[in-house]
Amino acid sequence: MHDVNPSTRRRFLGLAGSAALCGTVPIVTLRRAEATPAMLASAIRNVVGEADVHTGKVKLDIPPLVENGNTVPLTVSVASPMTADDYVKSIHVFNEKNPQPNIGNFYLGPQSGRAQVSTRIRLADSQKIVAIAQLSDGSFWSTTVDVVVTLAACTEEVL
Amino acid sequence: MPSALINVPAKAKRGDIIEIKALMSHIMETGYRRTAAGDVVPRDIITSFACRYNGSEIFRAEFFPAIAANPFISFFTVAKESGKFEFEWIGDKGFSETASASITVA
Amino acid sequence: MIAARAIALCSLAAFAITALPVRASEIPPSERRSGYSFMAPDTKAIQDDDTANPGMLWVLDGESLWKKKQGASDKACADCHDDARTSMKGVAARYPAFDKELGRPVDLEQRINLERARHQGAEPLALESRDLLALTAFIAEQSRGVAISAGEDPQLEPFVAKGRDLFMQRQGQLNLACANCHDDNWDRRLAGSAITQAHPTGYPMYRLEWQSLGSLQRRLRGCIFGVRAQPYEFGAPELVELELYLMSRAKGMPIETPAVRP
Repeated sequence: MHDVNPSTRRRFLGLAGSAALCGTVPIVTLRRAEATPAMLASAIRNVVGEADVHTGKVKLDIPPLVENGNTVPLTVSVASPMTADDYVKSIHVFNEKNPQPNIGNFYLGPQSGRAQVSTRIRLADSQKIVAIAQLSDGSFWSTTVDVVVTLAACTEEVL
Repeated sequence: MPSALINVPAKAKRGDIIEIKALMSHIMETGYRRTAAGDVVPRDIITSFACRYNGSEIFRAEFFPAIAANPFISFFTVAKESGKFEFEWIGDKGFSETASASITVA
Repeated sequence: MIAARAIALCSLAAFAITALPVRASEIPPSERRSGYSFMAPDTKAIQDDDTANPGMLWVLDGESLWKKKQGASDKACADCHDDARTSMKGVAARYPAFDKELGRPVDLEQRINLERARHQGAEPLALESRDLLALTAFIAEQSRGVAISAGEDPQLEPFVAKGRDLFMQRQGQLNLACANCHDDNWDRRLAGSAITQAHPTGYPMYRLEWQSLGSLQRRLRGCIFGVRAQPYEFGAPELVELELYLMSRAKGMPIETPAVRP
């Protein structure tokens, strides 16, 4: 153990490094493609532009601990009278750590009666979900929730 | 064979706010999965959903890969008049499906 | 030296646990619970609503297949069996059932293929194919609410016993028997997921993990793979015997097909 030639070791590390770069190392590493906070911020900016986003009015109903990240029930609702003068134009849902920041965009109008949409989403990891609503007066309102996602106990052999 | 499950109340009073649910059979392949050989399984998702009530659009949604397989959507509308709801799903690889449901509004 | 002793102690402990005989006390009838009761309210809500339960998409497909003419006979299931709502009610609750010709039990999927061969002159549908799952789900859904009575036929006794042996035997690299978790440790958790009592009340079922409808055999193969044992092939007699034992173990519980599970 004590008589390893330091230069040999250095050369080995160097070789290992370059092998990894060439992609010839046979170890399979899971490259976790994640939305970065910058992607999330830019996805939000695509919707709101430079406008202020107020916190409030929007409610996200999502189980705090999901049973299975493949199908997570989600309900987003906005407190609004939904009249011709005061209604929710659209609701945009984002996430923090899936490979892509967008989840869905929903477009409503005064004819909706109630600003509430339910769907089922996929979550790759424990993360924040952000919902942003645009009202008829042009203002943006948002809410954020934290969701814990655990992986299934046993993975199945690919059929 | 794609099939849809629609839930629209058969009858409603004028002015009632009714809930509409739609479930469409679709794999919603994210485009992020890989085969055992390492090749990416290409994206194949429904990208948009729209609902028309007697011809005028009352609800529209844009779906991304984060929407779960067999996408489910529920939304609300005010029952104004008797007639037909028409639903349309559009997606990758030319996916296009429609469904409809009638309502009697008294 | 210290490390070696620690390793020795750990392996001794592990050996002691794995060497314990399978206690496997049968779950008393008063404590029997469907997998439904272990789920979070949001997941239960998916199963409760027929218009939101993705499993119903397969049931709808199955309904069309039921009426479709098949094979050399050009007959649909409906031509002999009429309205499935009446003719198929209670059927799934007593499967797997004994097939006289084969001299052994068959499950619902195999029965469908046997009927196709014997009465429709049709090729068998591939096991776990979408069409077969749809037909099975459609037929099983007609038994929703009916109490399970599978395994009562005296001819099935030796096969139920075989299924019970399979349920009790340790297998795989993890050296676990089904009973270790599902008789002895239900309602504890395994890495965040609830361990259920493993009653097959809702098959074929929509599993969120699969994002698809699947059969009991698929679930069993997944479990066997999970303890790092070689799973039996689809349609293997061992899987049918296990299905038969599990159904008889769930006697009296109502069918829930199509169930939704995490």
